[in-house]
Amino acid sequence: MAAAEGSGAGGAAKPLFAGLSDVSISEDIPVEGEITVPVGSCSPDEDYSTLDEPVRDTIMRDLKAVGKKFVHVMYPKKSSALLRDWDLWGPLVLCVSLALMLQGGSADSKEDGGPQFAEVFVIIWFGAVVITLNSKLLGGTISFFQSLCVLGYCVLPLTVAMLVCRLVLLAGSGTVSFIVRLIVVMAMFAWSTLASTAFLADSQPPNRKALVIYPIFLFYFVISWMILTFTAQ
Amino acid sequence: MQAGGSSGAAVIDMENMDDTSGSSFEDMGEMHQRMKEEEEEEAEAAVGDEEDGEFLGMKGFRGQLGRQVADQMWQAGKRQASKAFSLYANIDILRPYFDVEPIQVRNRLLESMIPVKMINFPQKIAGELYGPLMLVFTLVAILLHGMKTSDTIIREGTLMGTAIGTCFGYWLGVSSFIYFLAYLCNAQITMVQMLSLLGYGLFGHCVTLFITYNIHFHSLFYVFWLGIGGLSTLRMVAVLVSRTVGHTQRLILCGTLSALHMLFLLYLHFAYHKVVEGILDTLEGPNVPPFQRVARDIPVVSSAVLNTTVKVMALTS
Repeated sequence: MAAAEGSGAGGAAKPLFAGLSDVSISEDIPVEGEITVPVGSCSPDEDYSTLDEPVRDTIMRDLKAVGKKFVHVMYPKKSSALLRDWDLWGPLVLCVSLALMLQGGSADSKEDGGPQFAEVFVIIWFGAVVITLNSKLLGGTISFFQSLCVLGYCVLPLTVAMLVCRLVLLAGSGTVSFIVRLIVVMAMFAWSTLASTAFLADSQPPNRKALVIYPIFLFYFVISWMILTFTAQ
Repeated sequence: MQAGGSSGAAVIDMENMDDTSGSSFEDMGEMHQRMKEEEEEEAEAAVGDEEDGEFLGMKGFRGQLGRQVADQMWQAGKRQASKAFSLYANIDILRPYFDVEPIQVRNRLLESMIPVKMINFPQKIAGELYGPLMLVFTLVAILLHGMKTSDTIIREGTLMGTAIGTCFGYWLGVSSFIYFLAYLCNAQITMVQMLSLLGYGLFGHCVTLFITYNIHFHSLFYVFWLGIGGLSTLRMVAVLVSRTVGHTQRLILCGTLSALHMLFLLYLHFAYHKVVEGILDTLEGPNVPPFQRVARDIPVVSSAVLNTTVKVMALTS
């Protein structure tokens, strides 16, 4: 009896919803995020398949995703891969390696060492959070974690600059090495700023781009300054 | 007004992560979780229906009632908590204070150096927080630059922490103090306006410190201190005077503000930047190392100031 009622109700409802197939979404409404939802019947299978696969495959898949994003940062084009599949692994790895390389001597030595690990870590994440909040308050359409992801990944050129600086410092620490380091750091700073601007500025209203770019400029400037003034013990 | 893609309420909803524009792992996990929850709810409802039909006696009835009450309390509590969370984590409260155009920011920066003439009726203060916040961060960056080039050694704490603490402490602390004084002196100014006024007043500080951290002449610093610092202080004072009635009140308010503002610039220059004496003495030496490491505790500043001032006097006389 219940089944018959169900089918009867379904039959009565069909003409009501028949027109739904004609609805179409116009192309100029920007839709964010993944709108393809996996159909329920196949998701348990997919779940089991990623559970059963060897650990190496899982790790390699994540590593490949991170590597692809690194390439996107080094050659910034207007692709949306960085924004669509955000992840925070890359920024974490970059932040930790930069902080390790920037770490100075111990705190109670006669000559004060450089910034400590925690300092660099906090600066990078706190700075990224502030920039994200600022861009959201100015009316940006990008989400919180997407912005954090972009800002974190764009630290990559500066990490490369840090590596180069350390190698140059191994060779010597005179005026020539200072000039070389200055040029390298300035080039990488410009690259970082341009890369992050390419990704983030599009999400702002067009007349307010300068208001968003300035804090990003300041953020990378502070990091570049820490890299440039690093002296090996 | 905005190219609205996301919803109006910009809630930092980290636990739900409703920006499922993220990676597919979260998507799948969420779908699975939701389906499991729905199944559990259906199972519970089915069980509840069955028990409705049977007459389990008083014990069964009370058990079911207890469960329903507990469930309702849980739902109500959850609703309250999420309402409170969305109220406080809602950054939309700050949104109106960031509603500016770049050209407005530029104009306000330039106006902060121009004292107003008309103090007979209240001057308009824009209650905006973007410009002041960016100026405070710029001051932090300039301070860091100054501390690094003079190899300031901080014993307890870190370089960055000191810079941020000093600048934000000044901006927030002095704003609150002057707001409190303004409340005592019956001045017509709100907290946001005070924050905005003092923040824009830091523009003079930024310019002065940026120039004098790179060009090490004490006389130049004193000229800038009086000129640029004085101009921005005069502007703030004029605006406050236009909003206060009564001579004593005006005197108290403006005297305090000018003293604090000018002294802060003095403090920033001398506490965080030590002129390397070697450069002053041996201006002709080509091999003077650019960064000289001199251990120095921050409180012991007066003797260093005295020494360098005497040396400058000896050099110029």
